Amino acid sequence: MKKIFFPRLFQLLSVIWGVGTLTFILMRALPGDMAYRIAASRYGQDNVSSDAADLVRQELNLDQGAVVTYFSWLKELLQGNLGRSLVSDEPVWQILQHMLGHSLLLASVALFLSFFIAIPLGLLGATFGKKVDQGIVVFSTTIRAMPVFVVGLIFILVFSIHWNWLPVAGFGSPEHIVLPALSLAFTLAAISNRVVRNAAIKAFYAPFYRFAQIKGLSSGRTFLRHGSRHIALPVVAFLGIQLVGMIEGIVMIESLFSWPGIGHGLAHAIFARDIPVIQGAALLMGILFVVLNTLVDLVCYRLDPRARRQA
Amino acid sequence: MQSFLRLFGRPTRFFLLLSLFITMTASAVAADNPTPTSQNTLSISGPFEFTSLDPSKNGYIYTRMQVLETLLGVDNQGHLIPELATKWQVSDDGLAWRFTLRKGVVFHDGQPLDANAVVKSLSIAMGKHGTLARAPISNIHAVSEDEVEIQLTRPYTLLGAVLANYANSILSPDSYGRKGNVLAMSGTGPYELFQYAPPHKLVVKQFAGYWGKKASIPFASYLTGHRAESRVLQARSGQADIVFGVDPASIPMLQRLPNVSVFDDALPRTIVLKLNSGYPSLNDVRARQALSLAINRRGIANAVLRSPGSQTEQLLPASFADWHLPNIKAPEQPVVKAQKLLASLGWHLNQDGVLERDGKPFELTLITYADRPELITVATAIQAQWARIGVKLKVNMSNSSAIPAGHQDGSLQVALMARNYGFVPDPLGVMLSDYGRTGGDWGAMNWNDESVDRDLATLQSVTDKKVRHQLAQHVAQVIYQDRPVIPVTFYKQHTAVNSRVKGFHFDPFERTFYLNDMVFVSR
Repeated sequence: MKKIFFPRLFQLLSVIWGVGTLTFILMRALPGDMAYRIAASRYGQDNVSSDAADLVRQELNLDQGAVVTYFSWLKELLQGNLGRSLVSDEPVWQILQHMLGHSLLLASVALFLSFFIAIPLGLLGATFGKKVDQGIVVFSTTIRAMPVFVVGLIFILVFSIHWNWLPVAGFGSPEHIVLPALSLAFTLAAISNRVVRNAAIKAFYAPFYRFAQIKGLSSGRTFLRHGSRHIALPVVAFLGIQLVGMIEGIVMIESLFSWPGIGHGLAHAIFARDIPVIQGAALLMGILFVVLNTLVDLVCYRLDPRARRQA
Repeated sequence: MQSFLRLFGRPTRFFLLLSLFITMTASAVAADNPTPTSQNTLSISGPFEFTSLDPSKNGYIYTRMQVLETLLGVDNQGHLIPELATKWQVSDDGLAWRFTLRKGVVFHDGQPLDANAVVKSLSIAMGKHGTLARAPISNIHAVSEDEVEIQLTRPYTLLGAVLANYANSILSPDSYGRKGNVLAMSGTGPYELFQYAPPHKLVVKQFAGYWGKKASIPFASYLTGHRAESRVLQARSGQADIVFGVDPASIPMLQRLPNVSVFDDALPRTIVLKLNSGYPSLNDVRARQALSLAINRRGIANAVLRSPGSQTEQLLPASFADWHLPNIKAPEQPVVKAQKLLASLGWHLNQDGVLERDGKPFELTLITYADRPELITVATAIQAQWARIGVKLKVNMSNSSAIPAGHQDGSLQVALMARNYGFVPDPLGVMLSDYGRTGGDWGAMNWNDESVDRDLATLQSVTDKKVRHQLAQHVAQVIYQDRPVIPVTFYKQHTAVNSRVKGFHFDPFERTFYLNDMVFVSR
């Protein structure tokens, strides 16, 4: 346990510093005048001018050197202060709370739904012969080959336009989350069902599985006692990798469905050069990755008796 | 009831009565405090985000949703009309404007509107980025409880129009924090703020104490839809009652739907090419004229924008008679004329079909921005049309701020933009900032005409309508001839409106959505 926990704690601190520093450097390295970008986001396209940019530059003290700005950010960070948005002047923490709440909700529902799609599909592919498996491969490849917003659009066309069951976009009621979560879930399940399938085949043809069958256990009992844990291990480990991929999808999905999450917020903050929000969002996402991966490791640790024995 | 209750034991009876009481209280509270539902809420979808309560930043969304109001309003022709001020007088020397405030106006927080509230709001607006900061104001003070006077350092005919701009909305004094930042929004409009979830969602609720025509629809919501296709699908599914900024390609599909009407409304916004008149290949007026001639405006209006008749070679439409030249006709054989003009400047086609002079090709880089989806398609159409005369155009998609930034650092060559000449309801406001002595971020670049500069300066103080007309016509004529910018088409706002909404009409100055004129019809 300690072997997992302490390296991860160190990793967490490194991620906080590394992500914050890297985003700072990258944002400063982007071409274009920051003051103009911020002014455009603050005052809108009709009212952005060099006067507005000068005002922003003066107000935010943008002329002070990058090094001074960086160290003042680091100092504030050590005090637990993420600063204020350069565009809206709201505390970054408040903005992130609003966005992160929505994103976590969307991601958890999507992940939950993806299990319900991936596990049966993977087991079907592993159990019911080549033709079924090939059909699932075609389905998975088709979904994965499509950009996630196309999957979202197809769902909108079917469920919102054709059947008029669910809203096209927005948030605020449970029905609003169904389509964005389903779109994400399908893209996640398109790959994870293959991991389930491979893990299942590996387990089904393993000597210990055969032995369990030969000694007279029913197929259900064999699966539950000897198969499920074995299959779960690579699937849970793969989950950690999928969380990275989910960010890619979540930006597009949040944009398409007007979902006020962190992915979409981060993209807009980058357009606006709102560095404190970018740093805060990237930092929070970095922390989340470490925390979630630690959780994945802990679950694997619980699932795999070999790891416990080694410890 | 009592015999029914006797069927139960004492604790069960207690819980039954308690539940009944809670249900009835909750129903009564719900009846007094209705919540937004799809039946009682006018659902609006538009492309623009909002991140602040400050009117100097995102005031347009609050005046459009009719939460905030200004001292003066504007009718569809651009004439000033009373709003929170019922009348206004300008002193003979033009240096003092006195406004009489409407009686019986209350803010959403219950405070009455008085001169001190107006002075506070306007003084705060003056200290922020916006139209009032640029006005030559020396003092704003309360003359009496319902009279406000604004003193100027020089005559400024634009002041009335400037006061109609969203950034100069009047808020309750309690809305502001110590530094003039807006902490809570309390305006005077027919709707008050109900839910504020930046940057996507805003819900407003009808305000029973409104001084004018009261709203009949209890709630209205605004949802930012970033993707044009997502907004169109909201209109199509009926989720949104009104969808602003419908992309031209989706119009025929929406027009086929029985439950949706598409409105096309002309705006004082024009799609314009901004040229760097100091750039070597653009510094001769003949080159700029040739580029203008090579644009097939009718084709762009019909095929790209699907707004037949919106093509133009002028900055402002005919409804702005002062600034519109009535006798401009489309030239015949424009491409041939363009080629001749370029040949007269020494340009000749090389073997790749690109114009060349002194061994250098005629190459330009155009920047445009993604906020308005049609700009990129218009840019690529112009790219193809200029290629026919041998001009190679590279199109760069950027952020709107790239245009003023490119103007200031001199790197801009050509920019395509949708310029809003009604930002201040008198076009003089924008013309001054775009075509004054040093040009403007969104106007002329490295181009100057003394007569234009002089006339624009004079227009700020002249009140005589005839003289104003003559001066504005002269400015329009010089800009048309010299082409520091090339107008392409007038902008049309395409709006999809669901059939359950009656009373929709569009404000060409984009100040209000006229929500209080709309009603739901039963189907």
